[in-house]
Amino acid sequence: MAKMIDRPSGLGAQPTPAFEEQHRRWEAASAKGRSRKDPGSGAVDRTISDVPLKVVYAPEDVAGLDLAEDLAWPGEYPYTRGIHPNGYRDRLWTMRQFAGFGTAAQTNERYHFLLEHGQHGLSVAFDMPTLMGYDSDAPQSRGEVGKCGVAIDSLADMEVLFDGIDMGDITTSMTINGPACIALAQYIAAAEKKGIPRAKLGGTLQADILKEYIAQKEWIFPPRPHMRIIVDMIQFCTREMPKWNTISISGYHIREAGSTAAQELAFTLADGFAYVEACMAAGMDVDSFAGRLSFFFNSHIDFFEEIAKFRAARRIYARHMREKYGAKDTRSWQLRFHTQTAGCSATAQQPENNIVRVAFEAMAAVLGGTQSLHTNSMDEVLALPSEKSVEIALRTQQVLAYETNVTNVVDPLGGSYYVEALTEEMEAQAESYFAQIAEYGGVIEAIESGFFQREIAEASYRYQRSIETRDRVIVGVNAFVKEDEPENIDLLKITEETERGQAASVRDLRTKRDDAAVRRTLESLRAACRDPKDNLMPHLIDCVNTYATEGEIVEAMASVYGRYTERAVL
Amino acid sequence: MNERPLRVVIAKAGLDGHDRGAKVIARALRDAGMEVIYTGLFQAPEQIVQTAVQEDADGIGLSILSGAHMTLFPLVVEQLKAQDAGDIVFFGGGTIPPEDARRLKELGVREIFTPGAPLQTIVDFVTRECGKRRTPAA
Amino acid sequence: MTDDALLRDFEMRKPRALARAISYAESGRGRDIVRALYSQTGRALTIGLTGPPGVGKSTLASALVRKARGLGKSVGVISVDPSSPFSHGALLGDRIRLAEHFTDEAVFIRSMASRGHLGGLAGATADAVSLMDAFGFDVILIETVGVGQSEIAIAELAQTTLVALQPGSGDSIQVLKAGIMEIADVFVVNKADHPMANQLRREIRSAMEMLEWKGWIPELVATQALAGDGIEELWAAIQRHMAYLNETGEIEGRRRNAFVHQVRQLAMGRIERRLDVLLEGENSTGLDPYAAADRVISTLGVQLP
Repeated sequence: MAKMIDRPSGLGAQPTPAFEEQHRRWEAASAKGRSRKDPGSGAVDRTISDVPLKVVYAPEDVAGLDLAEDLAWPGEYPYTRGIHPNGYRDRLWTMRQFAGFGTAAQTNERYHFLLEHGQHGLSVAFDMPTLMGYDSDAPQSRGEVGKCGVAIDSLADMEVLFDGIDMGDITTSMTINGPACIALAQYIAAAEKKGIPRAKLGGTLQADILKEYIAQKEWIFPPRPHMRIIVDMIQFCTREMPKWNTISISGYHIREAGSTAAQELAFTLADGFAYVEACMAAGMDVDSFAGRLSFFFNSHIDFFEEIAKFRAARRIYARHMREKYGAKDTRSWQLRFHTQTAGCSATAQQPENNIVRVAFEAMAAVLGGTQSLHTNSMDEVLALPSEKSVEIALRTQQVLAYETNVTNVVDPLGGSYYVEALTEEMEAQAESYFAQIAEYGGVIEAIESGFFQREIAEASYRYQRSIETRDRVIVGVNAFVKEDEPENIDLLKITEETERGQAASVRDLRTKRDDAAVRRTLESLRAACRDPKDNLMPHLIDCVNTYATEGEIVEAMASVYGRYTERAVL
Repeated sequence: MNERPLRVVIAKAGLDGHDRGAKVIARALRDAGMEVIYTGLFQAPEQIVQTAVQEDADGIGLSILSGAHMTLFPLVVEQLKAQDAGDIVFFGGGTIPPEDARRLKELGVREIFTPGAPLQTIVDFVTRECGKRRTPAA
Repeated sequence: MTDDALLRDFEMRKPRALARAISYAESGRGRDIVRALYSQTGRALTIGLTGPPGVGKSTLASALVRKARGLGKSVGVISVDPSSPFSHGALLGDRIRLAEHFTDEAVFIRSMASRGHLGGLAGATADAVSLMDAFGFDVILIETVGVGQSEIAIAELAQTTLVALQPGSGDSIQVLKAGIMEIADVFVVNKADHPMANQLRREIRSAMEMLEWKGWIPELVATQALAGDGIEELWAAIQRHMAYLNETGEIEGRRRNAFVHQVRQLAMGRIERRLDVLLEGENSTGLDPYAAADRVISTLGVQLP
C-alpha cells in the first residue's frame, strides 16, 4: 500500500509513515480474524454482480480518481455526485407508484386514492393484452385481461382512466413499449377532448423497445422498423409536446431478467446511445432531443453496488453525450432517472420481509440520487398488491424522505473509498461491454445474435446457483425458514367477470362507431408506415379519435412491418 | 431399459414474456442430465401439449407470471386429456397464490412451485415423478 | 406400452405412437418396430439441412415447412441440437422457430440431442427417418448443426442436402474449408441482404472450383428466410435436384447410400457396444496394444485382416 499516489489531484492523499504503520498493524490483525465465518452465512465476499470485495477500502483504491474530472461537484459535469447543485434540498424525488389493474374504472378509483394520499404523479400499468397489442376479446388475451395492469382497448378506456383527473396538472408515466405510440395518441386525444392542449401534457412514456428484445420480451414489430417508430415519436414530441419525456430507457427489466448490476448499467446505456444515434441519423440535432431522454433503473438489495451503479450511470452518460455525440447543452449531459425497487429480490416466503428489503433498496436509490421512485409492495410476488400493502410502500418513501434526514446532504457517500472504487469498477465493466457490443456492429446486431440474452441467462443461472449452494443467503428462503407459514395475506383478485365485461365492451364499441372513418384512418396509417418520410403520430391520433381499437391499429401496422419472433437463446 | 434421459418440455404460455424462471429451470434440469425442450414464449395450451406429445416428453413444466394461471393451466390439463396424454407429468410455477395452487392441484396439475422454490427441490420432483412414469409403462 | 400395442397405434397413425417409436430408436431398441414397418418406407422426399450455428437454419426449416404445407404436403422435421458438453443433458430450443406449425396436425417435429444415444446419433436419426416415412409424411426435413463429422454424416440420409451459410460469419468460411462442400446439393446463402453476401457467393464459387464435380453441380440460392424471400427459388432448386436424380437414375444410388449408411451405423453401433463390454473385462497386463487388439477381435468372433 505504500505506493505513491501518482495523482496529486486525486482523492487519495500521500500516506504518512504513521498511516503506513497503522496499515501494517491492521493487516496483521485482519489476517488473524479472516478464517472466522458467521454461522448460517455463506462465504460471500462478492457483490451480487460477482465483483470481488476487499475487507476495507483505502486511499490506494481510488488513487486514479481525479477530483475535478471524475468526481466534481453536484450539478457539475460529469455529474457523478448528482445533477442538482442542492440535491434533494431544492426538490424531493417524485414518489410515483405504478398502478393499474382490471378495468379503467377500477384503476381510476385507485388513482384518486393515491393522489389523495400525497402521491405526486401517476404511473400506468397496462395489462398483457394491451402491452402486446391485442384487444381484450382476442383469443390470445384469454385469461390475461386486467391481470397485471389495466386493460385499455381504445380511446374510450383511456377517457375513463383519467375521469375526474386534471391531466394538465399531473404528470403521468406510462409503462408501455410495443404499442407506446398508440397509448401516447390515446393520451393526447383523451386530454384534448377535455380541452387540454397536448403542449400542456407532462409525463413519460417508456417506449424503450430495445430492452424488450433484450429482456422483457414484450415486442410486436421487428427492431429495425420499430426504431423508426421511436424516432417519429421523439420528433413529434420535440415539436409539439415540450413537457413530455419521450422515452424512458429502462434497465429495470434487464435486471429483473437476471442480469448483474454492471450488465444492467451497460446494456441500458448502450440502448440509450442507440436511440441517440438513430435520432441523429434522422437528422436531428442532439441537443434538440437529448434533454428529454430519461432512464429507469432497478434498485436491488446489494446496497453499495447499487449506489455505485447510479453514480457511474451519470458519469458515463455525461462523458459519452459530450465527448462522443458532441452535445453542447448541459441538460443533454445530465442523466435523469426513475428507480423501482427490485421485484426479483422479493420473496414469496415470509412476504412481510419484503417491506424491509424495499426500504433498503429505496434508501440506495435515494443515496444514488434518483429523480423519482416506485417502492414495491410486499405481496407483489404473490399477486397484484392490495391497497394496504400499496399504502405501506408509499409510507416507506415518506419515512425515508421526511424522517431519516438522508435528504439534507447531497451525495453523502461521495468520497467513500469503497463507493468511489465500486463506481469506477462499474464504469470499467460498462465500457468493456460497450466494446463487445461494438464488435457485433451495434445493439440491434447484438440482439439478433442473442448476445444480451445469453449474457443475462448465464448471470441469472449463476445467481440462482449461489442461492442453491447457500453462498448467498436469502432470509426465509434458504435460511431462517419458517415451517408452516400462515397464509394470512390479503390478496387482490381480478375476476373472470372483468375479462368478460371488458371483452363485451370492446365488441360493443365496434358496433357503435363510424366504421368508414375507422377504415379510412387505418388505411392512411398503413400508407404512412410505408412512407418513411411521413411522421406516424398524427395518423395514430386520427385513428384513435375514430375509436379504432389498439388491436386494429397494431394489425394495420403489422401488415407493413411484420411481427418479431425471437431466436432461441437458452 | 431406461438409457434414454428423461425428457421434459419447459413452456411459457400466454402473453407474459418473463422467461427468467423458465430458463433457470431448463438449465437446472439439463445439468441434472435431462433433455429439455424449450418451447419459447407465447405458446397456446394446444401448442404446448402437441409439443410434449411429438417429443414423447415425460413431463411438462409451465411457467406463468402474468396472473393468467387459472385460465391457462386448466386448458393444458384439458388438452392433455383430449390428446390421450394424461400420463405426462404436468407441473408449473409462477406468481401463483396458495389458494389457486391448491385448486390447480385438484384439477390435475401435479405440483406448483412459487418464486423462491429451491432448484434442487424442482429437480428432485421431476426426477422422481417422471422416473415413476417411465418404470411401469416401459 | 407393449410393442404390439405400439405397432397397432402406429398403424392407426396415432402421433403418440410415432413419438414413442422414435424414443425406442433413441434408446437403441428400434429394431423390432423398424423391421415391422420397413416395408412401408421409401415414399418420402428427404431433405437434409445443415450449416454452422447461427445461420438461420431453423428459420429456413420453418419457411420450407410453410412452403411444403402450402403445396398440401405433410412434413416431418427432425431437429438435431447440440448436447450440453458436460453432462448427458441437453437444451433443445430449435422448435421455437417452428412454433407456427405446432398445432398443424400434418407437421410433426422431433428434437434430438446429438449425444447420449446407444447406437450413435446417426443410427437413431436414420431410424427416425424410417419411422416418419412409414408413418406417411410426404417430406422429411433433417436439420443438423454442421460442425462435426457425425452431424455431417447425417446428410447422407437425405436425398437432397442443403448447406446453409451466412455472410460475414467466420464459421461459414470455416465450413467451406472443412470439407462440407462435397455433401452440398444446394448452397443457401441466408440473410442475403447482408452487405457481405456477394463476397460469400464469390467464396463459395471459388471453393467449388477447387473440386471436381461429376453430374450434378450444386446450385446457389440466396434467401432471407425471416421474410420468406428466396424460398420459392430454394424449393425449385430442390425440385430440380430431385428431377435430376430421377432422370439419371442416381436416386437409386442415393437410396442405396442411405441404406448402406444406415446398415453401417447399426452394425457399427452393435460392434462398438460389444467392444465396450469386452474392453471393460479385458485384462491385458503384459500385452502390447497390438496383441491386445488381436485378442479382443478374436473374442468378437470375426475374421479381420
